[in-house]
Amino acid sequence: MRNIAIILKREMASYFVTPLAYIFIVIFLLMAGAFTFYLGGFFERDQADLNAFLQFHPWLYVVLIPAISMRLWAEEINAGTIELLMTLPITTTQAVIGKFLAAWAFTGVALALTFPIWITINYLGEPDNGAALAGYIGSFFMAGGYLAVGSFLSAVTRSQVIAFVLAAAVCFVLTAAGAPLVLNFFAAWAGEEVLAFVRSLSFLDHFQNIIKGVVDLRDVVYFLSLITLFLFCNVVAVNRFKGA
Amino acid sequence: MIELDHLTKTFGPKTAVNDVTFTVSKGEVLGFLGPNGAGKTTTMRMITGFLAPSAGTARVCGHDVRTNPVRVKSSLGYLPEGAPAWPDMTPDTFLHFAANIRGFSGKDATNRVSAAAEKANLFGVMAQPIGTLSKGYKRRVGLAQALLHDPAVLIMDEPTDGLDPNQKHEVRKLIDAMRGEKAIIVSTHILEEVEAVCSRAVVIAGGRVVADETPAELEARSERHNGVWVGVDGDLATAQALLDSLAEIARVEIDGDRLFCVSRNRGPIANAVSQCLRDNSLNITSLQLERGRLDDVFRAITQGRTAPRAGGANA
Repeated sequence: MRNIAIILKREMASYFVTPLAYIFIVIFLLMAGAFTFYLGGFFERDQADLNAFLQFHPWLYVVLIPAISMRLWAEEINAGTIELLMTLPITTTQAVIGKFLAAWAFTGVALALTFPIWITINYLGEPDNGAALAGYIGSFFMAGGYLAVGSFLSAVTRSQVIAFVLAAAVCFVLTAAGAPLVLNFFAAWAGEEVLAFVRSLSFLDHFQNIIKGVVDLRDVVYFLSLITLFLFCNVVAVNRFKGA
Repeated sequence: MIELDHLTKTFGPKTAVNDVTFTVSKGEVLGFLGPNGAGKTTTMRMITGFLAPSAGTARVCGHDVRTNPVRVKSSLGYLPEGAPAWPDMTPDTFLHFAANIRGFSGKDATNRVSAAAEKANLFGVMAQPIGTLSKGYKRRVGLAQALLHDPAVLIMDEPTDGLDPNQKHEVRKLIDAMRGEKAIIVSTHILEEVEAVCSRAVVIAGGRVVADETPAELEARSERHNGVWVGVDGDLATAQALLDSLAEIARVEIDGDRLFCVSRNRGPIANAVSQCLRDNSLNITSLQLERGRLDDVFRAITQGRTAPRAGGANA
C-alpha cells in the first residue's frame, strides 16, 4: 500500500509540473460545457437535472481519456525510465495500480471542476441532488473503466500515438457495444447469447442506468470488474515486456 | 554477494546471454567487458530484476532474483545504461521519491538525499528539472539514486560513457572510495577504466564468458607483454640484427628512434637485451618494459582469436 501511495504521489505531481494537466482540464471543461448547452439543450429541456451534462460524458471520455492514458506506460518504455521504475523494490502490480490511481484521481479532479453546472441547476431549480451525486459517481467509475483500458493498451506499445489510437478505438467499441453499429457486426454470425453478452458490455447502457439516478450495485460491479480485468492485463503486459 | 548461476536469456531465436556463471564477492570491483551487443546490459538487467532470465538465475545477497525480485532490488543499487530519469522531476524530488520507495521517510529521507547528493556532487542543480541538465549531471543523478540507500551491491552500466575526462575521473574516484565495502559490477568498453578501477575483469562476447581474470593477467595475454623498448646509441639496424639472433626474442621492430623487442614466450627479456647490447659495446640510452595492450587482448578474445593465457617458459 505504501509503495502504491508513493507512486501515486509521484505520478500525480508529474501531471501538474507540465502543461498537460491544465490543458486537459481546460479542454475537458470547455467541451463538457459546449456539449451540455448546445447539443444537450440544457436550457430548452427546462429541467433541473444533470442529464444534458452527463449524457455526453461517454463520448467525451472516448476522446479525452486515451489522451491521459496513452503516456502511462508507453512514455516510460520509450524513455527507458521503465527500467528505473521496475528496478526499484516494488512489484509490477504496485506500479500498475499506483499509476492507474494517479490517472483516475486526476480525472476525478477534472470532473470535480465541473461543479459550476451543479451550482447552476441548484440555482435554477430544485434538483434531486442524490441523483446528481449518483451521476457524478457513475461518470467517475466510467472514467476509471476507460482509463484501465487505456493504461493496458499503453503498455503494449512504446508509441504514445499508437496507444492513443488503440485506446480510442477500443473505448469506442465498448461504449457503443449496445448500439446496432457494433451489434450488427456480431448479429451476422454469433448467437443470441453472444449478442446479449456484447450488449451487456456497453458502457452506455450501464451509464444510462446511473444517470437515471439509480446506482445499481450491478453497474458499479460492472465497472469495477472491468477495471480489475484490464489492470490485470496491464500487469501481464508489463511483465511480458520484462520477458517473464 | 552476487552469484550468476548459468544465467541465460533468449529473445526469440537469438541467444543474447548464454550460460553465464560467475560470482562477485565483497570488496571486488568487477569490470564487465565486451563489445557492443555482447550481452552486458542484458546480463545486468537480469541481475537487477528488470528482465526475467530464460534459464538459470542470479542471486544477490542470497536472494534469488526469480523468486524474490523485490528483496534483490532492495539490496542493490543500479545505474541503468544512459541513466534514465523522469525529465520533469528535479534531482531533489527524484531522490526523495527513490528514498521513499526504499523505505526512508521524513528526516531520514532528507539526510539520505543530501548524503547521496554530496557524494555525487549535485549541489547547485538540486532544484533544476532533470530534463534540462547536462549529460554529466544526469549521470550523477543516476549515481546518487543508486547510492542513496548505501547498498551492499552496486551495479553500474557504463557509468562513464559520454562523460568528459574530468567527470570520468570523478566517477572513478567515487567507485574507488566505495571499494572494500561493497561488491561492485561496472560494465564498460573503455579499457583504461578496467586498469584504473577494477580488481577483476570478466569479458563476454556473443553472450558467453570468454575471460575471467585480473586486469594484469589480461594484459599478460598480449603478444607484446614483457616486450622491451630500447634506445641505442648507434646504428639501429645493427642492433636489430644482433637482438634478432637471441633465442628469447621473437622479432625486433624499429619504431622511430627506438627498437621494440617482442618476447618469444612473453617471459622477461630485459636482462638478455641489455646483456647482448653491452657485450657488443652498444650504449643503451633508454630501456622500457611493455606491459601489454589491453586493446589487442580485447580484440583478440572477443573476435574468437585465441590469445593464450600467460604461461610460457619464463612466466
